[in-house]
Amino acid sequence: MLEASNLECVRGEKSLFRGLSFRLDPGACLMVQGANGSGKTSLLRMICGLAQPEQGDIRWNGEPIRKLAEDYRGELLYCGHAGAVKDDLTALENARISATLAGTPVDVEAARLALRQLGLKGREDLPARVLSAGQKRRVALTRLLLEKRKLWVLDEPLTALDKTAVANLGGVIDAHLASGGMAVLTSHQDLPLAAGRVEQLRLD
Amino acid sequence: MAETSLLSALGAVIRRDLLLAMRRKSDVLTTLFFFVIVVSLFPLGIGPEMAMLRQIAPGVLWVAALLATMLSLNRLFAADHADGTLEQMALSAVPLGVLVTGKVVAHWLLSGLPLALLAPVLGLQFDLAAGSLGVMVVALLIGTPVLSLIGAIGAALTLGVRGGGVLVSLLVLPLYVPVLIFGAGAVEADLGGLGATAHLSLLAAFLALAAFFGPWATTVALRIALE
Repeated sequence: MLEASNLECVRGEKSLFRGLSFRLDPGACLMVQGANGSGKTSLLRMICGLAQPEQGDIRWNGEPIRKLAEDYRGELLYCGHAGAVKDDLTALENARISATLAGTPVDVEAARLALRQLGLKGREDLPARVLSAGQKRRVALTRLLLEKRKLWVLDEPLTALDKTAVANLGGVIDAHLASGGMAVLTSHQDLPLAAGRVEQLRLD
Repeated sequence: MAETSLLSALGAVIRRDLLLAMRRKSDVLTTLFFFVIVVSLFPLGIGPEMAMLRQIAPGVLWVAALLATMLSLNRLFAADHADGTLEQMALSAVPLGVLVTGKVVAHWLLSGLPLALLAPVLGLQFDLAAGSLGVMVVALLIGTPVLSLIGAIGAALTLGVRGGGVLVSLLVLPLYVPVLIFGAGAVEADLGGLGATAHLSLLAAFLALAAFFGPWATTVALRIALE
């Protein structure tokens, strides 16, 4: 369970949001909405522990995430604007290496399967340099399937994805939620998710 | 996390950085080429004065190694920072210190180790005897990891800063001075017939200290840079 209480985010002189609280239970998805520059990415980075809130705290199962450190990071998957996809490596190498760096090594077959599931069949051994923006995004998203993490934090995961890939990703997130996972995400596009699981959070 | 999985993560980072370097060989070769050229220019400029060449050889080789290492420092974290990999490393279940250690080891394998292996060939131009060349290689093998470890702190501190390249040299070069003094001193002591053991022991002590504090300081600096 993820809990945030009374969060404040300050960028320079300006306070982006204050007094923000929410709670996320297993099986639920939090959709963060707001205009450009309203602090969505800042909030997501705070949830990951990459940035510290000016005030307030974030707890995972009742413990502050700062204190949990690696134990919390082992439950967390963050997918940011930058996809951490290396142009010089092939799609398959990228998928396996990011899983290894995260601390959950996978074998070749599992990585191939995940790439195929996201519609990259036949592209596994191409260097990421020659892939399109949408295909690179799919390579980045294979981490969702490979690293078995409880909490997914996704910053604009739909950028550059086509309609089939969006539907595909919706299914992946739904399956994750159905199995008791959690997700926090931002998106300016509509993401088809099963009704009843999604909570909205507006930043103004 | 169990010890074996930490070790396998360390190995995986080293393999990853070596693989990336193999795909982009020019970065590594630039450093080595720079080292070879700088060292070779001195005998050409000074002319065939053997006694003079023997005397300046240790200093020239070490200064060139220092500068070559400096050149390769900004590629240590910059690319990973730009494409988001560094964020993922900071969020890994593997402690960031382990991943950073892996990156520093890979940096040394690609810069320090080849420099040490090239040094005897270049030392011949300075008319160094076989014994002194051996001391030079040993001193470089002990000293260059210190350069990578200290350099990583500087590279992490200047990450994302405009003009970071200049800043890194201002920050790191003064810290390289002890390594330079004792590294070059080892060869000079051997040439003077004093034996290099004392200098090499001090270099090894620097290495122990840097290996202990370096990754820790780099990790702290990286977390600040990412915030």
